[in-house]
Amino acid sequence: MKNETVISIKNIGKKYNITHQQGGYVALRDVLTNILKSPFAFLKQKTKEVAGIAKKEEFWALRDINFEVKKGEVIGIIGRNGAGKSTLLKILSQITPPTEGEIKINGRVGSLLEVGTGFHPELSGRENIFLNGAILGMTKKEIASKFDEIVAFSGIEKFLDTPVKRYSSGMHVRLAFSVAAHMDPDILIIDEVLAVGDAEFQKKCLGKMDEITKKEGRTIIFVSHNMEAIKKLCSRCIVLNKGEKVFESDTEKALIAYSNIQNDGKLITNKGIFNKNRRGSGALSFTNIEILDTNNKDRNIFNVGETVKFKMSYEIYDDMQGLYVFISLNSSKTKELLTSVKHEIKKGDVKKNESGSVVIEVELNSICPGEYTLYFWLGDDDATGQSGPINYDVVDGMIGPLIVKPADEKGEATAGYFTLKSKIEILK
Amino acid sequence: MATSAQTTVIRPKKTLSLQDFKEIWSHRELLYFFTWRDFKVRYKQTFIGVAWALFQPIMSMVVFSLFFGKLAGVPSDGVPYPIFVYVGLLFWQFFSDALNDTSNSLISNQSIVTKVYFPRLILPISTVATKLVDFGIAAVILIGLMFYYHFVPSLEGLFLLPLLLIITFASALGGGLFLASINVRYRDVRYILPYFIQLLLFVTPVIYSASIAGKYSWVLAFNPMSGVIQSARAAFLHTAPINWLLITISLVASIMILVVGTIVFKKTERFFADII
Repeated sequence: MKNETVISIKNIGKKYNITHQQGGYVALRDVLTNILKSPFAFLKQKTKEVAGIAKKEEFWALRDINFEVKKGEVIGIIGRNGAGKSTLLKILSQITPPTEGEIKINGRVGSLLEVGTGFHPELSGRENIFLNGAILGMTKKEIASKFDEIVAFSGIEKFLDTPVKRYSSGMHVRLAFSVAAHMDPDILIIDEVLAVGDAEFQKKCLGKMDEITKKEGRTIIFVSHNMEAIKKLCSRCIVLNKGEKVFESDTEKALIAYSNIQNDGKLITNKGIFNKNRRGSGALSFTNIEILDTNNKDRNIFNVGETVKFKMSYEIYDDMQGLYVFISLNSSKTKELLTSVKHEIKKGDVKKNESGSVVIEVELNSICPGEYTLYFWLGDDDATGQSGPINYDVVDGMIGPLIVKPADEKGEATAGYFTLKSKIEILK
Repeated sequence: MATSAQTTVIRPKKTLSLQDFKEIWSHRELLYFFTWRDFKVRYKQTFIGVAWALFQPIMSMVVFSLFFGKLAGVPSDGVPYPIFVYVGLLFWQFFSDALNDTSNSLISNQSIVTKVYFPRLILPISTVATKLVDFGIAAVILIGLMFYYHFVPSLEGLFLLPLLLIITFASALGGGLFLASINVRYRDVRYILPYFIQLLLFVTPVIYSASIAGKYSWVLAFNPMSGVIQSARAAFLHTAPINWLLITISLVASIMILVVGTIVFKKTERFFADII
């Protein structure tokens, strides 16, 4: 029962013709005048279209999406803006049809792409509960039987007969979410709805959603930019990027994959920016940092015993003395520094407008499997001595993290930060 | 198997099928709620409330009676002009309001169309249904006028009423579906439409009698509203014997309009959310 597949998505793709999307709306007037002005050009275009040789700018918002959802699962869909998350949800909720592929869904689907869809400002809270409920697919009987619960959850009892247009935006959202939270489909599709409301209400919503899945065994597909919410609710995640599924696994790994997409493993020069993760004097700067394996391939997941290469490029904007690079591996949980390497790049004069690249190889021999946040530092002589003008640049936690997996050797460390060579002898 | 009653398959192409009608049936409560909403909202903040539904036809009746009945002396098949024109206006208002609002029904519910799935046909149908309620309210005046002028509808005529309403409903819905589909793509349609509807008023025997067209009056039969209004006058005011052939032609014409409208609507329906 638990392993029953409720949604199976096969080769789903959605194509948009960009020409159709241009310029707000098309006026019939313009179309007609165009035809009258140049009837031959129009005919030519039409024949081309019919013959299928017309050049159309096509855009695949989604392509070759395949995955299955089992009963009772909570699946997160994450990706950057424009990755195709909302399009996927719209296809799943039948708002727009796919261009290709097929989806099979077993059970009643409720979709919540927006809270308060169809709320009418002139109608009272009470009336809107019924209207919104009906739009979300509830029957009048269902709404009536849950009415008190909905009102209690929203906490707007006093304003039940006030037109919704006089509600504060917070009340509006609370009422809307309460209605949505009380529909009970077998499969619930939710888009970024928790981004609204205050922290306390968000917590209440998350709790409610947790309850829905845990107690009642509902299946949920959840899109959010709120990684905390994803972490809390979802057991499995699908990472979309530019319309394609790039990753599918349990939430923890998917979030890492997602953070890699975000940074692309590449850095942009930002001279002298003193933000939280990028501290520097502006006199020099990392221009690129890549994590590579021994085959020079981009990757951030390594096994114990493998060698990781950090390739760093830099630029110098001011004259200085000496140039050093320092990398540390920090605990991703406590942020405490666990181990570090430091190398000298250059002794003596370092001139303005110099630039270069270095590679540091690190053998991951005695490290415990786990997740490590990376800290990169580049600076001059004085900076290390903590005297005089300090020239340095720091890239803290923007790349990676570095993930080290067990090599499946006997006696490997399973806890702690480093591993010791050991062997076992069984006596009798 | 607890809740495996429903299996949905989402595929690229979708054409009109029996499934659509089943779906509309299963969403009938939503149909009711949309109608209820439109009606409620319209009368919520207007000072004179429901009386508003009466105001429009009465004012039109007064103005038309004065200018066409009194001053221009338009013949009215031997019945007092006010009640003659009111019967026409009653049905015409239902038709023209329904046609106009239906063609805007998708655009005015844009936020719902792009966020929730339900059979899109529900929106236009509920819009026409709202107008049917208005019709019911305005019909009260007709009853009053009939008392005042001492008209008694024939029994046959009372049976005819539902049929006339069905024809009006079907024509307005069919035309509205067609226009709504175009309206989603070409937004200027909504500006042309009121003018177009006004023209239609003059080719429909609302303010004049169909008899002025003489031997060409049969041409008017292809305009379903022409048949409806002529028949309504025959049934309530006994201007002529009820012409069943005329009604049949109107019914067939309205069904054709509805079928064409529905096909066009269903064909473009799947792109609504993308281009609206």
